[in-house]
Amino acid sequence: MDLFEYQARDMFEAHGVPVLQGLIADTPAEVEAAAAKIGGVVVVKAQVKAGGRGKAGGVKVAKTPAEAKELSEKIFGLNIKDHIVKRVMVAQGASIAKEFYFSVLLDRSNRTFLSLCSVEGGMEIEQLAEERPEALAKVAVSATKGIDLAEALSIAKQGGFDDETAAKVAPVFVKLYDVFVKEDATLVEVNPLVLTTDGEVIALDGKVSLDDNAEFRHERETMERDQLDPLEAKAKAMDLNYVKLDGEVGIIGNGAGLVMSTLDVVAYAGEKHGGVKPANFLDIGGGASAEVMAAGLDVILNDPQVKSVFVNVFGGITACDAVANGIVGALKTLGDSATKPLVVRLDGNNVLEGRYILEQAAHPLVTVVDTMDEAADKAAELANR
Amino acid sequence: MAIFLDENSRIIVQGMTGAEGMKHTRRMLLGGSNIVGGVNPRKAGEVVDVEGKQLPVFGTVAEAMAATGANVSVIFVPPAFAKAAMIEAIDAEIPLAVAITEGIPVHDSAVAWAYNVEKGLKTRLIGPNCPGIISPGKSNAGITPSDICGIGPIGLVSKSGTLTYQMMFELRDIGMSTAIGIGGDPVIGTTHIDALAAFEADPETKAIVLIGEIGGDSEEKAAAYIKAHVTKPVVAYVAGFTAPEGKTMGHAGAIVSGSAGTAQAKKEAFEAAGVKVGKTPSETAALMREVYKNL
Repeated sequence: MDLFEYQARDMFEAHGVPVLQGLIADTPAEVEAAAAKIGGVVVVKAQVKAGGRGKAGGVKVAKTPAEAKELSEKIFGLNIKDHIVKRVMVAQGASIAKEFYFSVLLDRSNRTFLSLCSVEGGMEIEQLAEERPEALAKVAVSATKGIDLAEALSIAKQGGFDDETAAKVAPVFVKLYDVFVKEDATLVEVNPLVLTTDGEVIALDGKVSLDDNAEFRHERETMERDQLDPLEAKAKAMDLNYVKLDGEVGIIGNGAGLVMSTLDVVAYAGEKHGGVKPANFLDIGGGASAEVMAAGLDVILNDPQVKSVFVNVFGGITACDAVANGIVGALKTLGDSATKPLVVRLDGNNVLEGRYILEQAAHPLVTVVDTMDEAADKAAELANR
Repeated sequence: MAIFLDENSRIIVQGMTGAEGMKHTRRMLLGGSNIVGGVNPRKAGEVVDVEGKQLPVFGTVAEAMAATGANVSVIFVPPAFAKAAMIEAIDAEIPLAVAITEGIPVHDSAVAWAYNVEKGLKTRLIGPNCPGIISPGKSNAGITPSDICGIGPIGLVSKSGTLTYQMMFELRDIGMSTAIGIGGDPVIGTTHIDALAAFEADPETKAIVLIGEIGGDSEEKAAAYIKAHVTKPVVAYVAGFTAPEGKTMGHAGAIVSGSAGTAQAKKEAFEAAGVKVGKTPSETAALMREVYKNL
């Protein structure tokens, strides 16, 4: 999960990373009040999860609360790379002497952590990496040793900092690493990290991504989540692993790899059937009980784009007869609200029993097909009718 | 022969007494694996009857190894305790630890892996978030169905569990030396390359199927490795061509970020290394059949 800038700011503050005062506002009137509360020069910053906010007109400096309000009227509703601005952060202004770059992230390729650091901050880091790669230090960080003050100093030196400035930023690096570990982040990035004309080091803008697998050990109920697609929200409430896509063939399968593969096979089959595409990713996992199948079908059949459904199960741990019972039970539960054709392919554990159950039930909407490729073809054909 | 796991494997199960651990201990035993005990500090000293076999429960992996001569551990403990379980197996220097658990925080896996590296890689870690490893007719350490595929000359390495099963099933008449599911998490122990190197060295393996998916660069690295070091024929399959950018597709590691980690890039890397890539699992199996005919 990626955080908004204001969430990252609050998280930094909680871990002792120096940040400036920042208040969120959802209306121009709130912006004016926030600017008055902070006092002096403020910066109104669009809160969207996209880069290039400044260029898009989403970041403005205001000298008075009235000006902040006026400027914010143009920021609310802005479309920045397909993200509509609904919230801004009103931040205290800073007198910047220098801009730096620091991040720490998961380096999956090397199965370790990695710190990126440069005395040249402010610009987009991809641009710096391309134009002046020698100015960007890439330092491997051991997951067991982490970043202590000595390591932070070493990283700063490698990033091109002079001794005096390195001594100032290193303790902030240590605190940012603290955020990375204690919050179970996969990315903590500060760009820019600034040195003010008063000689203070401040994290002026932050980007944080958190590991969803670690949510069980954090209490973040108050944290505002991304605005999910309504079907995704419904699936999430039912604890389903669902991603909405833009197609006509609803997909249910077991196992992430098999479901991804099913989407591809349906897309290929669709090329022969009017270009129909998969409508979603839905992995019902190992259990595949009638309840889970019913919940999955309920979500998919409520997608108005869906014209047909492909249920693709390979029974490894899951028994195909349980899946078949799940389908029959789900159709019974859904009753007349199930109106779209289902193509079912079962293989593996108890496959004969599974197919037999579906044959006996003889539901008019269900077609059983033996192989994955043929079933994808059938589902695509039905979606194109 | 086979790789990493064979008829001499003596398996303990960390978390054997939990629901998942017990279910799969039973399945492994029925499939012919030599399970010699379990580990649970709170139940040390107890003996559990599983399918008529008396399995002792030990307090630690080290104790279990000392008492039973175990050389493989399969880890079923829940995500919150998986790091400790992996580190315990590494401390005991068990030669093979297979972490099945799904949903482990990536910081925990990264710490366990760094610890393993610091300790000199005495333990081969497979997973986490994987189906485990099976050498048909010899042993099965994990959750792969034991009867899905016979003994044969094909080696299989895959990021995905169900695609492993699917491919084993497709090629069940030819059979496999070993099938290994390396897992779909961002940080895993055994990589595609580790399995390729072992299959290349294994006289029983004559050809290799590699299954990858979106995310990371394991497939690209594997392609470069094949070009430089693998003489046996390899066919590959990559899942996730239709996956949108920035969305995690089930596996924590299956995410396309910008232009990195796309299925297309992986396919091109394999083809540039002379590896044939199937469009679907069935087509991939058909490619392997062609290879097998000419062996």
